[in-house]
Order: sequence, then structure tokens, then C-alpha cells
Amino acid sequence: MNILKFLESFTNEGVLESLNSKGSRRDSFTQFGKVGATAAMAAVPFSMLFSQKASAATSMATAADTPLSALQLALTLEYLEDEFYDMGLAANGLIPAADRDVIAQISKHEQSHVTLLKNALGADAPAKPTFDFTGGRNANGGGPFDTFTNYQTFLAVAQAFEDTGVRAYKGQAGNLITNKALLTTALQIHSVEARHASQIRRMRNLKGWIVGNQRGEGMPEQTQAVYNGEENVNQAGFMTNAVRGTFTPALSATGGTESFDEPITGATATTIASLFIVP
Amino acid sequence: MKNTAVNVKPVTTPGPNGRRNFLKMSGLALAGTGLLIAGCSDDDLETPAVDPNAQLPGVRNGKFDLGGGDAGILTYAYALEQLEADFYTRVVNHSAFRTTFGAEEQIVLVDLYNHEVIHREFFRTAITGALAGTNGTLLPDLAFNYGNLNFGSRTTVLQTAMALEDTGVRAYNGAGQYITNADYLVIAGKIVSVEARHASAIRDLLNGGTSFAGDDAVDPVTGLDKAENPSAIIRQVSALNIIQTPFTAQFLQ
Repeated sequence: MNILKFLESFTNEGVLESLNSKGSRRDSFTQFGKVGATAAMAAVPFSMLFSQKASAATSMATAADTPLSALQLALTLEYLEDEFYDMGLAANGLIPAADRDVIAQISKHEQSHVTLLKNALGADAPAKPTFDFTGGRNANGGGPFDTFTNYQTFLAVAQAFEDTGVRAYKGQAGNLITNKALLTTALQIHSVEARHASQIRRMRNLKGWIVGNQRGEGMPEQTQAVYNGEENVNQAGFMTNAVRGTFTPALSATGGTESFDEPITGATATTIASLFIVP
Repeated sequence: MKNTAVNVKPVTTPGPNGRRNFLKMSGLALAGTGLLIAGCSDDDLETPAVDPNAQLPGVRNGKFDLGGGDAGILTYAYALEQLEADFYTRVVNHSAFRTTFGAEEQIVLVDLYNHEVIHREFFRTAITGALAGTNGTLLPDLAFNYGNLNFGSRTTVLQTAMALEDTGVRAYNGAGQYITNADYLVIAGKIVSVEARHASAIRDLLNGGTSFAGDDAVDPVTGLDKAENPSAIIRQVSALNIIQTPFTAQFLQ
């Protein structure tokens, strides 16, 4: 594969130089677009990926493993969240008055993320898929979830989306390591998703952090994929559930898994999001 | 005013490609001692070639310097986690803890104590492994003094916790771009989202409403959290006058 060549083109095409000259984020995104075009011509397999702007579902079918496909995956997840909160806020009687400001605040951020990623991707931005938040994968809905008529279901789906977002952005960090500006921007979105996730979880009377691989009380079984792997206690050889030393008070049994969030691959994120995308 | 506990020296401007070469070199110095093999037996460890120019953590001119490159960033994170862990250890061990905080607040603060202690111990182990066979040394246990900070005041403790958690988020978000090893980068990502979950919860306990991701933390136009360079973070933390152990950060941006 031409991954190395592709990455090399990043360093050769002046991305770093533009950063060193304190170019604005906007400039570096523009630069990013140029590099993408260059690489597409140079490497045939990637050019096929780049030309897939017809539908997000198609481009998502290829596991994200480049800066470009990482951003395309991110945009699709942001489309999903943005439309979800918009529809929730528009659904009469769904969100209690006391919670409206919280949901509107989250919605505002997701909308900003969509705008930012669309601008960054330019011509490479995937089109917004058709979503079915009832989980029926049907444009007419009719799936198992009463998402917009039952507030508890709405919050449960919100939790699944936010926790997925945190894991998905984390999974793409390595693919953005070659572009410092994009990596930083992705990290700045990633931590906002984590703030959202914590808040939604706590509104559902859960801890703001993930315990083991527990999806939590009231979460539909279909969302278990969002939490599989979160039980990991081995961080680069350090066992977070068996910390050596004496601590007062003694460390809890669940602190180890809670204290590290785990990434998911682009493929896993795609599978989870696909539950809500009309094919 | 006490003497400033932390000294930050300006980084000399690198020449053309200087920064990149430097990152490459310090990356090489750590090759073979990466986090992934930290748990292996000694027999499996190759002795890495130590670059004499590598800016490894250690005492320079009588003070501990955090170092540069990936080892420097890890050591910087270790210093911040030491501060957070020490703070929550004092919070949950304070004689008035059970009467100062409500039931949910106690659960949250004890969880944060657990998480930050585990983060600190993780870095202690990981950095020890990464520096094995090099001339670098592990940052010593820092000394802390909170002056007249009232650990019996709910508002004071939550406000301080909020400042520390938001600082942690800004610090990791800003440090990510200086990490050259993808495994270290993912580990930092695993930690920063937990810090952001903390910040959200503490802000909500303190101020409720939309404060969990308030416009003061998340830019209302771009929807982005903040990110700051190590030197800016170290200046801010230094201004708190809590860290008593002098150290320098000559090689961090």
C-alpha cells in the first residue's frame, strides 16, 4: 500500500511549514485539501477512496486509516448527533423544560462540529446519510426505539452516541498524528464529546465515566457494542485494577476501568452508526 | 508572595527543521523502551542507543528538568497527575469530608481520587519503563503546599477541582501534537476524555445548567474545547503556588 507515500506527501507539501509560519487553522485545512488531491493522483487505491463522496455509508464502509477518512468518519458521526438533537428539540413534549437548555447546548456544539468538518473536508465531505433514529434502518422509521416519544429512550440513545463519539475520535488519533493542526482540532472535539457523555450519563443516574463494559441501566441491548472493550485493565503493561502501593483510602474495584476510556476502530464505529443509517 | 516554585525557560527558536529533527532524535533515544514492552522481563529489553543530545528528564543545573520529546511530555503529564492525585487525596481524607459534601458529591470526589491516583501510578510505571537503559531519570515525588486553601469549604474544593480538571483537559489537548509515538498518543487520549468527564461532572455539581460544557470552557462558535501548550499550562499551575518542588521545562514548547 501507499500509506507511507501518502503520509510523506503531508510532510512534503508544506503542511508543517504552514504551521510553523503560524498559519491559521483555516489555512492548514486548505493545505490539507490540496494534499488530499495530490495524494489521490499519486496513489490509485486511495484515489478511489477519495472519490467516494456520493454517500457517507459507502465511504464509511472502508475502515478509516488516513487523515482524510478519519475526518470523513468524524463528519458522519457528527451528522448523526446533530440531526438527532435537532429532531429531539423539535419533538413536542419530549424534552422536559428543565433539561432543554442542556440539550440545546449539546446540539449547538454538534452543529458547530458539522460546520467545522464540512469546511475542512470541502469537496471530500461525504453527503449526509438518511437517518432512522428508531433503529429500523428505514426512511419511514418503525424500528424498535421510541426515541422521539419517550424521553428516557432519547437520553439512552444520546448516551450511546456520545460514548461512541468519544471512543471513535480516540480511535482516529493515530491516523491524525501526521498533521498537528488536525490532531489538535480532533482532540478539542473529542473532549467536548466526553463532557457531553458525562452529563447525559449523569442525567440518567449513572456515573459520568464508564464502569467495566457496562452499558448501564435502561440501555437497549443493541447498544452493548458501544461498551465492549471498555473493561480493559491492561494499559501498556500496567494493570489498572492491581495498582501496587498502599493508598488511603484503598482504591476501589472499578476505578481501573473507569480511569481509562478505550478507543474503537473506524469499522466498529461504522457498525454502531449503521444501526441508525438507512442503507 | 512565595517564590515561584516552577521555572520555565523560553525555548530557543529551532532553525529550519530543527524542531522536527529534535523530535526524531528523542524518539530514537526511546526506541525499544516503549510503553508496550514496559511489562516485559528484563531479558526482552534491548539496551537502546542513547543519543547524547536527547533531552531526557533529569537534573540540570541543580534542578529537575522535565525533558523534551515524548519522555518530556510524559513527565509533564506525570507532574500534573501528581498534583491532581495529591489534591483529591487531601479532599477525601479531610476530617469534614462526610459533612461538607452531599452524598452524590462524595461519590464523585472519591471516584476522582481513585482515577487520579491510578493515572499518577500509571505514569510512574510507564516512565520508569520508558527510561530504563537511558540516562533519563524519573521525576521525584513533588511536594505540595495548599497554603490557606480551605478543604472544609464545599465551594472552594469544587472550584479548585474544576480548575484542575479543566486545566488537565487543556493540557492534554495541547500536548497531543508534541507526541511522536502513536501508542503514547492513544494513552493520552484514553486519559484526557476521563479528565473531561470529570470536568463536566464537577462543573455540573458546582453550577448546574449548561456549565458542564459552558461557553467559558467550550467555544460557543466553533464547539471546540481549549488546548494549551505545556509552557502556558506550567505558568498557570505555577501561579497557584501549590507545587513546592522546583523544576524546569527547558525543552517543552
